[in-house]
Amino acid sequence: MRLECIDVRQRFGNAEILRGCSLATGDIRALVLIGPSGGGKSTLLRILAGLDLPVAGEVRFEGRPLPRDEESLRAYRATVGTVFQAYNLFPHLSALENLLLPLVHVHRLTRPEAIERVREPLSRFGLADHAHKRPSELSGGQKQRIAILRALVVRPRMLFLDEPTSALDPEMRGEVLSMIGELKSVGTRFVLVTHEMAFARRVADEVAFIAAGEVAAHGPAATIFSDDAPPVVRRFFDRILA
Amino acid sequence: MSKPAAHVIAVALLVLLAAVAFSRIDYDWNWQAVWDYRGLLLKGWLFTVGLSLAALAVSCVVGFVAALALGSRFRLVEAIGRVYVELIRGTPLLVQLLVGFYVVATAAKLENRYVVGTLVLSLFSGAYLAEIFRAGIDAIPRTQRDSARAIGLTPWQAMRLVILPQAARLVVPPVAGQLVSLVKDSSLLSVIAINEFTQSAQEVNAATYSSLESYLPLAAGYLILTLPLSWLSRWLERRLKFEMA
Repeated sequence: MRLECIDVRQRFGNAEILRGCSLATGDIRALVLIGPSGGGKSTLLRILAGLDLPVAGEVRFEGRPLPRDEESLRAYRATVGTVFQAYNLFPHLSALENLLLPLVHVHRLTRPEAIERVREPLSRFGLADHAHKRPSELSGGQKQRIAILRALVVRPRMLFLDEPTSALDPEMRGEVLSMIGELKSVGTRFVLVTHEMAFARRVADEVAFIAAGEVAAHGPAATIFSDDAPPVVRRFFDRILA
Repeated sequence: MSKPAAHVIAVALLVLLAAVAFSRIDYDWNWQAVWDYRGLLLKGWLFTVGLSLAALAVSCVVGFVAALALGSRFRLVEAIGRVYVELIRGTPLLVQLLVGFYVVATAAKLENRYVVGTLVLSLFSGAYLAEIFRAGIDAIPRTQRDSARAIGLTPWQAMRLVILPQAARLVVPPVAGQLVSLVKDSSLLSVIAINEFTQSAQEVNAATYSSLESYLPLAAGYLILTLPLSWLSRWLERRLKFEMA
């Protein structure tokens, strides 16, 4: 995938969250956004995922600009998948129904087709036994894995993962990270916002370091996670690793 | 103590209390005179059942539409919803019935008083239901809307598939309370000469001079209507139960 941001700006009230983010990736499979909290990573991700419109600037996906009208944005959102920090499963539906809902109501599969579609992924990720449980009966890790599956079963062109492990305790973080790692290995393309530096280093093709509403550094993972990294990035690592 | 046993004892205590109270008044019971008018009472009760059921259904529709208006992005739509709710909740139903029947309905050439009565009652109850529905919809976290948008649902699909099923659980008890009130409020329809249940009881009382014998069956008749509403509400509440996660 090729992603391009051209001077993307975002503002909520008087707060300027993004002050002109620009970056252009190569033809890669995984872009990881890192940086200090409040720097604008999640805000940028929401724009990339078509959930929010920037006040200025343009995003291009495979060379084509993202639409600006809600109707076309909705069509765009249906072709990508988004996973949130707090899982955001629908609590009144079982895990299985959570997976079926977008397939049946957005992608117009019949119910049997949809059930057939989710069967294999559910068992591949060890969730088949939990399919009929409500979200409240699942562990945090299970909930997040179901949320990732919900984004995945519609066969999206790309996944957007917004700090998918930040709400989890360490043990469950592992199971979610290994799922994302597995997706990477089968060719799923994604943009990931994370604070898990070791994991970022392992899965990222390119890394963008976002701070104070700007892309402060951007480059191949091997460069960003090396001694040749720009000074702002090295200072950030020194701070969080101290 | 088991739950049914507790209920039986509670009812028994109440009957005992009533028995004591009635035994201490010097009252000449005359059930025969009222029994002779049972047909009139039954007819009135049936009218109340019919009017209430119609108003229940219409007021839920009115309430839902008004709730959507209250949450509208369009200022004018929201303002119209707000004015409707405040006007109706702030004025007596009695006045609304009289104005609705003698002014609005006459102007609109609506002559059927049963239709007018049902409409006014529905508009009245709908204003309360609107606030209940609105509160239920607003209680669903923003993240649920985000999630619904993220998977590509249209706003209406998000409302229907994600927001409303969750809001329904929250609003069942207050809605049931409002509907019980609606059944009892239908007694005011007598002011526009609708022969509903309360009106029949008043007529029986006027003809037989036996007020308690006319009005006690009246209370029982309303309970027969309102108790099932409460039971239905509790059953629905159990059925819709799920934990937020």
